[in-house]
Amino acid sequence: MSVVTVRGLVRKYDGRFAVDHLDLDVELGECLAMLGPNGAGKTTTVEILEGFRRRDAGDVTVLGVDPAAGDKKWRQRIGIVLQDASDLGEAKVEEALRHFSHFYDNPRSVQEAAELVGLVEQLHQKIGTLSGGQRRRLDVALGVIGRPELLFLDEPTTGFDPEARHVFWGLIERLKSEGVTILLTTHYLEEADALANRVVVIARGRKVADTTPEELGGRDSDLVTVKWLEGGSSRAELTSSPTNVVAALSAQFGGEVPGLEVVRMSLEQAYLSLLERQDDQ
Amino acid sequence: MKYLSLCVDRSRFEIRIILRDRNAVVFMMLLPIFLLVIFGSVFASNKIGTTNVSFSQYIVAGLLASGILYSSFQQFAIAIPEERVTGSLKRLAGSPMPTSIYFVGKFAVAMFIYTFQAIFLLGIGHFAYHVALPVSASLWVTFIWVSLLGLVASSLLGIAFSSIPKNGNSAGALTTPIVLFFQFTSGVYFIYTNLPKWMQDVAALFPLKWMAQAMRGVFLPREFASAEVARSYEFPKAALVMAAWALIGGLLCSRTFRWLDKG
Repeated sequence: MSVVTVRGLVRKYDGRFAVDHLDLDVELGECLAMLGPNGAGKTTTVEILEGFRRRDAGDVTVLGVDPAAGDKKWRQRIGIVLQDASDLGEAKVEEALRHFSHFYDNPRSVQEAAELVGLVEQLHQKIGTLSGGQRRRLDVALGVIGRPELLFLDEPTTGFDPEARHVFWGLIERLKSEGVTILLTTHYLEEADALANRVVVIARGRKVADTTPEELGGRDSDLVTVKWLEGGSSRAELTSSPTNVVAALSAQFGGEVPGLEVVRMSLEQAYLSLLERQDDQ
Repeated sequence: MKYLSLCVDRSRFEIRIILRDRNAVVFMMLLPIFLLVIFGSVFASNKIGTTNVSFSQYIVAGLLASGILYSSFQQFAIAIPEERVTGSLKRLAGSPMPTSIYFVGKFAVAMFIYTFQAIFLLGIGHFAYHVALPVSASLWVTFIWVSLLGLVASSLLGIAFSSIPKNGNSAGALTTPIVLFFQFTSGVYFIYTNLPKWMQDVAALFPLKWMAQAMRGVFLPREFASAEVARSYEFPKAALVMAAWALIGGLLCSRTFRWLDKG
């Protein structure tokens, strides 16, 4: 069952296509990552789905409702985590969570929301004094306080250090296990790899790939790279039978192969070569 | 019922936040009180013209009218663009909160700040500068409706104006001169009848002049009305002008209010 359906979505700015006839589906319970370079149309698309931005053409439904006509009842069912909010600085975590929980028919308790995002110890701290990672976790807590069926996460970990990013991913995993459908936009390929069931790549407002992280850009093909050191320089061979190559090398070196690596194409390499192919067109 | 409790909750939340903002407290809530102390101290013994009315008495009426402008128009014209930039408005728009609750909360903030200012202006004015308070109940009733109508009009105008500045910084630079201009031309700091005719005519198109005049009607003696341009405090006309501006402000708000930076 589709939670989000987009057909032929168009949005132009000053006559230029920001979103160019985009089709998109988000299925119930999945985490879909939308990838793409800056200016590809990700945020515009997400803001149209969130009901914040108008569209020039196309059919869009989110939880069965056209977001352009989405009312407050519809907003009970969706959660939005803002990209770079800096509001509420003077409020305490507890106050903000309690205040926003009042807007929903069936909210989580303040305690539950704080536990979910790991901010129990910060409940009585002013939001303006939270660290960057804590601040974004609070944004998530505010996004999920109403128990949404669908959660929008627009570049949630931009500017995080690696540790904060991993803590954040754990939080998203927890939400996924609760069955929340998630639409995630991100710049980080590892993030999509870690969290998403499916990735959609957008370039210049158009969809250029719609697949699983494992299959993106032919990443699942049999070809892998075997690397080793020989005579002081590094060597590499692209092969579909790495085991045979390694065995042959082992025989050649009489046991251990110096500097041996067997590497499958990373999601990032697959993504970049996909975008390069787009640019060539 | 749920709606009412949301109104109360939102209002309390907004007021609590503003009280934690030191700049807001010092520069907005306390400003008219500082001004009273300055004017009251400098012109302590001055009388207006040949009358027995002290300048302190005159300035309290003007500062009350200014307080309406500070607590609503200036407050909103500066704070709302800031809220648009920080994502505060976007967050609310994305939540199921009924949009009217936002404006209820804002009005509650204006009421709170104005009430605070009025209590201190009247208290300090009375005890430190011998400002006479109205004795009749009907004058207090007038004081309340002038305050409320003035707050409604300048709240709506402030919310409408908040769509013009691009961000919080330019909002202050844009709003403060406007507020100052109207204070100087509307008879807040200077005696209105002493102002050049063209200045009077410009100010008479806008609500502050009428708020100040109606406040003088509450705080100055009845005989002093003969010193007004129209030889009367013109309460009905003041009410009409304020109501007209409330209507214009309301129309502008409903047409131009933006929850997002751009759509």
